Amino acid sequence: MAGVGGGGNDVQWCFSQVKGAIDDDVAEADIISTVEFSHSGELLATGDKGGRVVIFQQAPENKSQPQCRSEYNVYSTFQSHEPEFDYLKSLEIEEKINKIRWLPQKNAAQFLLSTNDKTIKLWKISERDKRPEGYNLKEEDGRYRDPSTVTTLRVPVFRPMDLMVEASPRRVFANAHTYHINSISVNSDYETYLSTDDLRINLWHLEITDRSFNIVDIKPANMEELTEVITAAEFHPNQCNTFVYSSSKGTIRLCDMRASALCDKHSKLFEEPEDPSNRSFFSEIISSISDVKFSHSGRYLMTRDYLSVKIWDLNMENRPVETYQVHEYLRSKLCSLYENDCIFDKFECCWNGNDNVVMTGSYNNFFRMFDRAQRRDVTLEASRESSRPRSVLKPRKVCAGGKRKKDEISVDSLDFNKKILHTAWHPQDNIIAVATTNNLYIFQDKPN
Amino acid sequence: MSESIEETKTIDETSTLEQQEVEDKVISPEKMEEAKLKARYPNLGAKPGGSDLLRKRLQKGQKYFDSGDYNMAKAKIKNKQLPAAMAEKTEITGDHIPTPQDLPQRKPSLVASKLAG
Repeated sequence: MAGVGGGGNDVQWCFSQVKGAIDDDVAEADIISTVEFSHSGELLATGDKGGRVVIFQQAPENKSQPQCRSEYNVYSTFQSHEPEFDYLKSLEIEEKINKIRWLPQKNAAQFLLSTNDKTIKLWKISERDKRPEGYNLKEEDGRYRDPSTVTTLRVPVFRPMDLMVEASPRRVFANAHTYHINSISVNSDYETYLSTDDLRINLWHLEITDRSFNIVDIKPANMEELTEVITAAEFHPNQCNTFVYSSSKGTIRLCDMRASALCDKHSKLFEEPEDPSNRSFFSEIISSISDVKFSHSGRYLMTRDYLSVKIWDLNMENRPVETYQVHEYLRSKLCSLYENDCIFDKFECCWNGNDNVVMTGSYNNFFRMFDRAQRRDVTLEASRESSRPRSVLKPRKVCAGGKRKKDEISVDSLDFNKKILHTAWHPQDNIIAVATTNNLYIFQDKPN
Repeated sequence: MSESIEETKTIDETSTLEQQEVEDKVISPEKMEEAKLKARYPNLGAKPGGSDLLRKRLQKGQKYFDSGDYNMAKAKIKNKQLPAAMAEKTEITGDHIPTPQDLPQRKPSLVASKLAG
């Protein structure tokens, strides 16, 4: 069956791997909260509600089986954040990892930024495959030798040892956010990064932890007048002076840091005009942007709101150039989705390597891909049922109303507890990581 | 649009009106959902995405522990018999002033992530 892909050929997505426990009883700590490939795609990081980070590494290509793309195996895991209690404000600070962003690799070690609601940390992940042996004053097990027993001297040498991957926190960027951090983004200058909470955006230097610059502040003088919050922000992929931030009212503002130190005045405002006759109680809530991502080229911007994905051309502010409906059938279910809080779910979205295909998650463990070039879309499912090695994923279809065809699923049968909020696409290849509540699925395109 | 309605008015009024109603429903399922919501919650405020919702979002994580109240309660308990205080310990919210022992212990996950299993 034809699939959606990029580059002209039809891509057929196959199950590759699934990580995590099979049992239905999900501990809160195991809920995956972020997924991110490194710049080369060799590493894949996940963060969870329990404050832990797990990093997977792609095994080197198997020369004898070149058609079989290699698997991702556990490389490192560590506790990034711990729960805290702010006694001054009576505020519980969750250890949940909201975002992970990798730094581009500069030397043997890998670096990533991970953040919870209040604190960002820079982690160094390094390999150790040798250890020194033959000390004069220490036994091999570490006990100190009595110096008076040493009769000869030797030079300690490095000997190979089993690979050990160590993660250590190199910087802790704390106390800069009154509200809850929702985004971090590394600048293309590879020296600075921004962190965003509901009302403010701060600019940091990766080396400096005791100060940061506030570059956007939308807090009103009187909090009663609060009408919108910042939902996400990202630096432009190659213009180090440019960043965008999205709001709960469905607008995106592009700011230029060369214009002024405080970027409260936007350079561009991306907003689709609303038809006032269509306005309802839910309009503003479903227009809230849950994720914003620049294309790799830097020419386009993608936003995700509750029901759709929109592609904006940076040169056109008054409307998106493309709009894709993720699950339009939910429009007639908004009342119950409001009652069970699902209307506030924050779905993320991502681009494929050549910006031809975009992907986002939905309910019932469904996820959607939209091929911009071929004008096709597909709905796939991340489930244990379709988890036989290299089995091709069958496209799924939701029946909005009327007669349900065989193999279709009706809207009322959808499981709204099975949400795919986080997905990631390998920077070059057709490898995707899809997170269900507590499992990580890896799918790859079918080898020829 | 209005011209065509006038033309068909004499011919088949009722079916046009029905058509209009169906069109309304088709055009805005959102409005139907809104009506459903307002029927269930008549006290719902007019401003949906406004201050209340946002302020709730900004206050996420708020717990109520007042060290002043705690110390006052501690002083009172000293004068009372212990069994009385024990009975109160089962309540966490409401009338009972929480003590540090009552607040659920937030310990980090000592267990490794199951993704790494």
